[in-house]
Amino acid sequence: MAELVYDKNGRLLFTKEMKKEYTILIPMMLPVHFKLFEGVLRNAGYKIELLTNSGQAVVQEGLKYVHNDACYPALLVIGQFLDALHSGKYDLDHTALMMTQTGGGCRASNYIPLLRKAMHKAGMDQIPIISMNLVGLESNPGFKMNLGIIRRMMAGVVYGDTLMCLNNQTKPYEIKRGESTALLDHWIQNLNNQFAHGHGMNMGDLKKNLQQIMQDFAAVPIKKVSKVHVGIVGEIFVKYAAFANNNLEDFLAEQDCEVNLPGLMNFILFMLEHRPDDLKLYGGGPAASIASSVSKFLFRYVSKMQHAITEAFQPYPQFLAPTEFSHVHELVNGVIGYGAKMGEGWLLTGEMLELAESGFENIVCAQPFGCLPNHIVGKGMIRKVKQVNPKANIVPIDYDPSATKVNQENRIKLMLAVARENMNQS
Amino acid sequence: MKIGLDVGSTTIKSVVLDDNQKIVFKSYERHYSQITEKMTELLTKIRDEVIGGKDAQLTISGSAGMGISDTCSLPFVQEVYATRIATGRLLPQTDCIIELGGEDAKILFLTGGMEVRMNGSCAGGTGAFIDQMATLLDISLDEMDRLSESYEKIYTIASRCGVFAKSDIQPLLNQGARKSDLAASIFAAVANQTIAGLAQGRPIAGNIVYLGGPLTFLKGLRRAFDTALKTTGTCPENSLYFVALGAAYSSEIQIDLDTALKNISKYGKTGHFRSIEPLFKDKEEYAAFVERHSQCKAPRGDLKTYRGPVYLGIDSGSTTIKAVVLGSDGKILDSIYKSNAGNPVPIIRDYLLQLYQERPDLVFTAAAVTGYGEELIKNAFNLDYGIVETIAHFTAAKRFMPNVDFVIDIGGQDMKCFKIRNGAIDNIFLNEACSSGCGSFLQTFANTLGYQIEDFAKLGLFAKHPVDLGSRCTVFMNSQVKQAQKDGATVEDISAGLSVSVVKNALYKVIRVSSAADLGRHIVVQGGTFLNDAVLRVFEKEMNVHVIRPDISGLMGAYGAAVYSMQKSMHREGNSSIISLSELENFKHEVKVTNCGLCNNNCRLTINIFPGRRFIGGNRCERPVTKRSGKDTDIDLYAYKLQKLQSYMPVPAGKRGKIGIPMCLNMYELLPFWHTFFSMLGFEVITSPLSNRKLYIDGQSTIPSDTVCYPAKLSHGHIMRLLEEGIDTIFYPCMSYNIDERRSDNHYNCPVVAYYPEVLAANMPQLQNKNFIHDYVGIHIPKEFPKKMLKILNHHFKEPFDLKEVKIAAHAAYQAYDDYMKDIRKKGSEIIDKARMEHKQIIVLAGRPYHLDPEVNHGINKLITSLGAAVISEDIIAARTKKQPVDVLNQWTYHARLYSAAEYVATQTDMNLVQLVSFGCGLDAVTTDEVRSILEKHGKIYTQIKIDEITNLGAVKIRLRSLFAALEQ
Repeated sequence: MAELVYDKNGRLLFTKEMKKEYTILIPMMLPVHFKLFEGVLRNAGYKIELLTNSGQAVVQEGLKYVHNDACYPALLVIGQFLDALHSGKYDLDHTALMMTQTGGGCRASNYIPLLRKAMHKAGMDQIPIISMNLVGLESNPGFKMNLGIIRRMMAGVVYGDTLMCLNNQTKPYEIKRGESTALLDHWIQNLNNQFAHGHGMNMGDLKKNLQQIMQDFAAVPIKKVSKVHVGIVGEIFVKYAAFANNNLEDFLAEQDCEVNLPGLMNFILFMLEHRPDDLKLYGGGPAASIASSVSKFLFRYVSKMQHAITEAFQPYPQFLAPTEFSHVHELVNGVIGYGAKMGEGWLLTGEMLELAESGFENIVCAQPFGCLPNHIVGKGMIRKVKQVNPKANIVPIDYDPSATKVNQENRIKLMLAVARENMNQS
Repeated sequence: MKIGLDVGSTTIKSVVLDDNQKIVFKSYERHYSQITEKMTELLTKIRDEVIGGKDAQLTISGSAGMGISDTCSLPFVQEVYATRIATGRLLPQTDCIIELGGEDAKILFLTGGMEVRMNGSCAGGTGAFIDQMATLLDISLDEMDRLSESYEKIYTIASRCGVFAKSDIQPLLNQGARKSDLAASIFAAVANQTIAGLAQGRPIAGNIVYLGGPLTFLKGLRRAFDTALKTTGTCPENSLYFVALGAAYSSEIQIDLDTALKNISKYGKTGHFRSIEPLFKDKEEYAAFVERHSQCKAPRGDLKTYRGPVYLGIDSGSTTIKAVVLGSDGKILDSIYKSNAGNPVPIIRDYLLQLYQERPDLVFTAAAVTGYGEELIKNAFNLDYGIVETIAHFTAAKRFMPNVDFVIDIGGQDMKCFKIRNGAIDNIFLNEACSSGCGSFLQTFANTLGYQIEDFAKLGLFAKHPVDLGSRCTVFMNSQVKQAQKDGATVEDISAGLSVSVVKNALYKVIRVSSAADLGRHIVVQGGTFLNDAVLRVFEKEMNVHVIRPDISGLMGAYGAAVYSMQKSMHREGNSSIISLSELENFKHEVKVTNCGLCNNNCRLTINIFPGRRFIGGNRCERPVTKRSGKDTDIDLYAYKLQKLQSYMPVPAGKRGKIGIPMCLNMYELLPFWHTFFSMLGFEVITSPLSNRKLYIDGQSTIPSDTVCYPAKLSHGHIMRLLEEGIDTIFYPCMSYNIDERRSDNHYNCPVVAYYPEVLAANMPQLQNKNFIHDYVGIHIPKEFPKKMLKILNHHFKEPFDLKEVKIAAHAAYQAYDDYMKDIRKKGSEIIDKARMEHKQIIVLAGRPYHLDPEVNHGINKLITSLGAAVISEDIIAARTKKQPVDVLNQWTYHARLYSAAEYVATQTDMNLVQLVSFGCGLDAVTTDEVRSILEKHGKIYTQIKIDEITNLGAVKIRLRSLFAALEQ
């Protein structure tokens, strides 16, 4: 059995032995993307399990072990971990937890310490906690984000964004119900197979796969009817994770809407732009310059991948391609400063502008109750977005353990009533 | 015929239109949450008496109608939208609609870009809120409306949340404020809340229409809106029925009413709601439970026959007043437990008179009082002792369980609990900001559902499927209950569910335990709410421990006070100073309200005049009482810092003109920097004045997010003040990073401090065409700052700057900042020395720089000095320690100071830390836990005070007094 090893600050490390013996639990956020990430990590030799447990038990665990005023996502994710660990399904001496950490000035970068506190409170100090991040917080000998993993993950994001985008545009109109979803599942499996054999990551494979994906989705028989177009923006977890937003996407689908959920790609580019922007705004020494150059290099690499998506969409005008980062960047100019980096930062405002511009002017802005960056870039910018695009019809929705679905849905329905009226007028 | 049904949160409204769109039937009634029954009843009536076999089109609307219409496939129209349809037909000239309902508040802007605003997860400022307030004042809604006409003064009351409002109103009641003033103040609060919360910067003007129950029935409320909007709105005919009318107008689908009725009644029986296991398996289990608890009895004696020393204890609580007469043998000779009906003084007078009548020879040896109304009662009747509630309850609990290690008292709207360590009170939990774990919530609910609280609570004991309502704010729970009822929960299930919620809130929201063992194993529970067997049962189940509930659970405060007076007077000669029978007979109580005006806090004072005595309530410091103005800067660093900041005066006749700096958020620390920087560049630097309530209100309508912290909200007002002064150039930079003090892994500002200028720029139309400089600025790299700043300056000003002058100004600015920090550190050391010489306790009032603002800290620093301690701030002692390894991500400059300060305090025997936390501060969810754990690791007591627009200083006082009492032990 793997020995428990600690770093000099007393943090329990995830060791190389643990890599062999331990199962790593990861909370599910974006179903398509995360299933691809799961495959990537499995292929790299990790035993991975995506947690999809949800419901009141999870919330209760969260409330019990996390400061009740902490962000709702922290409460949910930690609740999810504890609910799983308390279920008896896992051998507590052979289980590790993994969570992403962004490391900005938003309190969300504190999730890992909050998780550690909760685990301590629950008497499960023996469970190693792995921070998955790209900024070098907390290293572990048994888990390294090497280039191979990063490349596969990035490919996963490209595919994930594309598949999600196509599925959102196909499913509401498909003639045979379930066809779009089946195609989605088929591709997740297909891509994971490719990854397992070292394929699907280089630009050539990427382009080929994207073309095939486009072709497949374009072949799904659909019947275009007029539906309300609704975009979703918000704090990243509440925006994406269905159990955090009370199944917002399903609800909107039931209300006969077509949903546009901007993907992960721009968020990654947004993060990569952080250091170069800081250097530009505030200056810095040689170390900052080097870090900035590395970021810029990665930025260009990821931008190229993003452009591959745009190209793949070009022959298919019936599909609306995901908006490229450079365009969102441009839209924000004069609305909010590029220095607004914490949380989703100016990107959230940019996504509202981008959606409004591309015909999804009806927008749900989802945020955890009391989310600090959202006071600024979400609720704080709605007025300005409307100035830019008077058609914008935005409803901010707060999520927390006590907010009821009835109340949230009622507000969304009001937004939809106005949306329908606008639709009928035009 | 077209039928419109508006199923709201508390009422159900219907309208039937004939083919000429004329109203042939309308109805309005409360549904007491019996939604399906009422709907069935109403539709049956309409079918039989109005429609009479003709074709009918039906549409449903309203928040509670949504689910039902979905399931029964009946046409639905969202209620705000329905209102709009109706207004479009009936009052096409309308510009803006304000509609208040049971639990919702809405503003519809119809002209100039249609927009709808409705309240989100907060029920503040709605009909339910007004109901709650009427209950609190113990008057009917009609009375409240009538009283409001003859008001003289408007008090500031937070109506964002009923919970907060209660804690504003209760002290006012206790201080003897007039009900007419309170009624008008409540209406004004609702108007302000609606306008601020919903208009969010959009001006309400033109033809305004008032709709919905509260605005239809309450003239005073309409008047309050008129006043707040500086206009006269109209309340049209059928103002109650606009939603129903809108629904009727949009009815197009033919509905077979018989089928609809069948579906609706089926719907009522589906019963899908989250439930938990019953409180008791069966009657036997309940009987055993009752039997066990009945054994815990306080000894009783007989007042008539008892001879010997007699002690009096009074507990003047927030909603009730309790008194205990105690013999020297520890037996209770007599007691009362009454609602204080807003004024406890006459109740105690009557009680004393009654006691004297029974025993004309009665002489009290000593008397003590505790609770909210402590000072009032003590002064009114000249009692010997006033003690803080925690001490009273601890004293009482020890009589029942000498080794008690945890006491929890849940009263009407306050909850106190504390741990006991080494015989001293440690770790007090009070609910300053939240009454969700308290009993008045149960009571209000019982009343809404048409029950007396006692009967309502009993209903839950044998509920088969108690509703799982979770824990969290009770104001939010209304809609959860609504949903459960919609899903078929019975009143029994709801009663049990609410009891569970009260306990869960108390445990997980206020105390925040993760396991029972945290609280100790020897628990005494008390307070009126625990008289409720359901609550007690849930508590034991949740804690998995048998607890002691004394049979005088509701009287424990008074009992403790009586015991205290007995112990305290043991070695004293003579009798109690309590007023005599003849004085009682001639007793008079007069109340005057005035504003102090001796300092910026401008406390609203209530002067109670008794024969030969007067008592001033509502004051933070002793100045209005003693009329002396002590030199508070000698012992209070908050006062000193504020004075120091105010000394940065504008340098007149700047060659580059005036530049304004709003005194908000980080400016409370960076003013020396920016003031010097711009003065050196030749600007006349004008700062906005100190915050006050008026300044807040003036900027309120431009706040886009109503849940952001109060210090941030105030910045809108500061911008307004600068603009009013004719300042066209305002400097307020965005700053992701703060100065790096090398005490943390990074040196961020919190997102709100960092980017709030963006919010001001985007939401204050007043800033349009002004030079509002809110660029992203970093002062954390001094070498780079001048270059970067030069670019920004040259972008905003026509007359160019050169690098040299900016460098010189920057150098001076860093120097000024340094000097300022050194100066306050030096002053801090002096205060520490002085306190040590005078053997005073030193309180580190830890927060953020902007907690200096008297409107933010509500004069808590003064309250502390009035209790005899010195006050310093976290920044000056943080510098005395090195960077600390902590268990959280330590990357914010201000927050790192808290951790360092806590570490330092832990090494000083005469220092204690009190942390100020602004409501809504997300980062403090992280810091408070960490600071607490640092202090507790070293055996120190952690005290936290949550502050907001309104702060209940009574609760703050309890905390501080308990802290001092614990330190004494």
